[in-house]
Amino acid sequence: MVDTSAPLLEMRNISKDFFGNQVLTDVSFSLHKGEILGLVGENGAGKSTLMNILFGMDVIQLTGGYEGEMLVDGKIVDYTSSFDAIADGIGMVHQEFSLLPDFTVAENILLNREPEKYSFISEVFGERLNSLDRNSMNEKSKKAIGKLGVAINSSMLVGRMPVGHKQFTEIARELSKESTRILVLDEPTAVLTEQEASILLSAVRSLANEGIAIIFISHRLQEIIDVCDTVLIMRDGKIVKNEKAQDLTIAQIARWMVGREVTHHADRRSFDYEHSSVMLSIKNLWVDMPGETVRNVSLDVHKGEIIGIGGLAGQGKLGIPNGAMGLFTAGGSITFEGKEIALNEPRRFLDAGMAFVSEDRRGVGLLLDESLDWNISFAAMQVNDKFLKKYLNGMLMWRDEKQIQAVAQQYIDALEIKCTSYRQKAKELSGGNQQKICLAKAFALTPKLLFVSEPTRGIDIGAKSLVLQALRDYNEKSGTTIVMISSELEELRAICDRIAIVTDGRISGILPAETPSEDFGLLMVSKRGNTEEKPA
Amino acid sequence: MTKIKQFIHSFGWPRIIIGLFLLSLFIIAPFVGINVSTSLSDTIVRFGMNGIMVLAMVPMIHSGCGLNFGLPLGIIAGLLGGTLSIEFNFVGNVSFLMAILLSTPFAVILGWGYGKLLNRVKGSEMMIATYVGFSSVAFMCIMWLLLPYNHPSMVWGYAGTGLRTTISTEGYYWHVLSNFLKFGIGDHFTFPTGMILFFALIAFLMWAFLHTKKGTAMTAVGSNPVFARASGINIDKIRTLSVIMSTWLGAIGILVYQQSFGFIQLYMGPFYMALPAVSAILIGGASVNKATILNVVVGTLLFQGILTMTPSVMNSIIHTDMSEVIRIIVSNGMILYALTRKSEATR
Repeated sequence: MVDTSAPLLEMRNISKDFFGNQVLTDVSFSLHKGEILGLVGENGAGKSTLMNILFGMDVIQLTGGYEGEMLVDGKIVDYTSSFDAIADGIGMVHQEFSLLPDFTVAENILLNREPEKYSFISEVFGERLNSLDRNSMNEKSKKAIGKLGVAINSSMLVGRMPVGHKQFTEIARELSKESTRILVLDEPTAVLTEQEASILLSAVRSLANEGIAIIFISHRLQEIIDVCDTVLIMRDGKIVKNEKAQDLTIAQIARWMVGREVTHHADRRSFDYEHSSVMLSIKNLWVDMPGETVRNVSLDVHKGEIIGIGGLAGQGKLGIPNGAMGLFTAGGSITFEGKEIALNEPRRFLDAGMAFVSEDRRGVGLLLDESLDWNISFAAMQVNDKFLKKYLNGMLMWRDEKQIQAVAQQYIDALEIKCTSYRQKAKELSGGNQQKICLAKAFALTPKLLFVSEPTRGIDIGAKSLVLQALRDYNEKSGTTIVMISSELEELRAICDRIAIVTDGRISGILPAETPSEDFGLLMVSKRGNTEEKPA
Repeated sequence: MTKIKQFIHSFGWPRIIIGLFLLSLFIIAPFVGINVSTSLSDTIVRFGMNGIMVLAMVPMIHSGCGLNFGLPLGIIAGLLGGTLSIEFNFVGNVSFLMAILLSTPFAVILGWGYGKLLNRVKGSEMMIATYVGFSSVAFMCIMWLLLPYNHPSMVWGYAGTGLRTTISTEGYYWHVLSNFLKFGIGDHFTFPTGMILFFALIAFLMWAFLHTKKGTAMTAVGSNPVFARASGINIDKIRTLSVIMSTWLGAIGILVYQQSFGFIQLYMGPFYMALPAVSAILIGGASVNKATILNVVVGTLLFQGILTMTPSVMNSIIHTDMSEVIRIIVSNGMILYALTRKSEATR
């Protein structure tokens, strides 16, 4: 359906620098009616800046504008604010949700564009007192949601919906604007489960068929290949490739993105876990974690292995480490090295010699406002009494800044963390480097067993392989047992020895990592017939 | 030039503006017939009097409990210590020491309960704290009358029971710190060495505490409580500890205030004591969850400096005695200003 006539959007030689720091150099591309353009690149490659220019964001104007020209429908445009861009039919769905949680779906979709009813009050006081036409609001929003091919109740409060539905609501909002001609989707599938993602992708296709041009940004390369017509690959502020999607492979794209060979699969190894002793034994664990309820999980972890826990989102895989550590209310029993560990008390878990790298980096994993050395050393200082000078028989424990800085520098070097120095604040780092800080924090605890939850979520492909490699190295060098929880099966298959799949709060099966993906896929969708009673 | 910019950025425009204003007051002062040495001396005395109460804000800010609007609770502990010390007939230096010792158990118990309460209302600590302060003052208004004090220098003369609203500390701990090693330059400038040293000591202890393992934990709890919990910290315990520390510093703070001021002010005395302390630390550049000792020192100097200088300079310019009115306008104006700066500093 790609229209080959004049392009709807054309960018010519766009360059942009932030105070001398060149982020975009000579970027040119064009987008036709009904075309889906995939935009990929590592974090910091310049994708967001490019989209900000397109959308006329303030930040561009405030930092001195851009060079080059942008044409919409053959006319040169220069948006001074996002309102101009919206008026010109450009819609953008941001990575962060910009929805009002206490408003319904319909209200969110039509916010500030509500159909209104005229009444005698507005006769007296003017149009500002028109009342909302609820019926036509519901209809309009239903129509917009319908275009996406999902069933969402338009009178539901947004705050009560799962993340996937929020993402759909946000897209529906853009669609409900009749003038929308160009739609930018910034990582729309990042928070979706696989089923939801595939619904979204088919919706994207049908939108394109209606003639809307779409710019699709994603880290999931398979999606890009599946859904896009053309793929634009960016690296260091330049467009390195502009190719038709159908001839591409993930490996090619990945190579172009990082500019080096990505060894996504570390060499598979054979680890004889059955002959090593059981280190951690989880029995009948239940965890009350909203959205990730664990109902009844029993699992033995052997010394020295890397065990993966996979499964679809919402099935409870994330609840296992969070419950074991005690961050959410849990029951059942956990035995570590023969000793039972009290649940619901993070301190006991840590004292036993276990550590947990949370999937919620910004919420749980980091002190965003503090420096990197604090972030790395804090847990080890509090739990293991490391990095402290002791006086008066340990009555007075003084922070040893020198040691703290030394250990921070050591991990910054070892994990290749990109930062100005250990004094930089954690919130200033990119996602991948923040993840490395979280790992460094856990490594500093020198745990015997390490839980790692979604270690590669939201980080780019280059950083991903570094993080996975760091985990594998750590396991091999210091013999630390690792339990890795991830929604990306391929990643688990790459570094784990065996993988447990969690479905509906229970383990539906454990298979060796070399088992073909299809078998894992079957486990993920299997509903167990003999549903066990949920323990109290 | 970049260095100057950096300095301005780290020091903050509000402090530079207030600092320049204060400086201009000192420059105008001699022209309207005000003795600069007296003013300087007053500023330093006020700094010493209020410094520890401002310092009392620090632990709770670090632990994420926000600004201690419940400071009157600590002050009440201090008042109990002070009055008991007099009741037991301690005099001179000993009476000050005993006042501190006697107020400590009250501060610990009240702070513990106050801390428990604040742990139940996470997220709206400052609102609750304000009312803890107000209601405890009201409750003590009754208690000052009912408690069986009978030392003649403190009770109402005609009834023989019930404490008076103001009690002189003369003969007890009046100027025990201020007069220690004090020296004068010229006729009008005296430096209350002991009081400043005492503040420095307490401030040093606070600084040192923040460098210990527990202190580090406290900062982390304030910075990200979930992170702290995931690092094995008992958040509620740390928060309670911070509230106890804050309350105790409030108690010490009011005793230092009284020894310089010369009077114990009971009943509604502590009612508005929290606000100047809160404003001073905010003006010093602290935010709701970050504060340093430097913020305390700078903030107290600026706030008390303005408070000393503005009324006297204005008075001399307009030649009428408006000092009290101006003082109220200026102090509340500063509080208002500081509170509006609050959100800016958080970011």
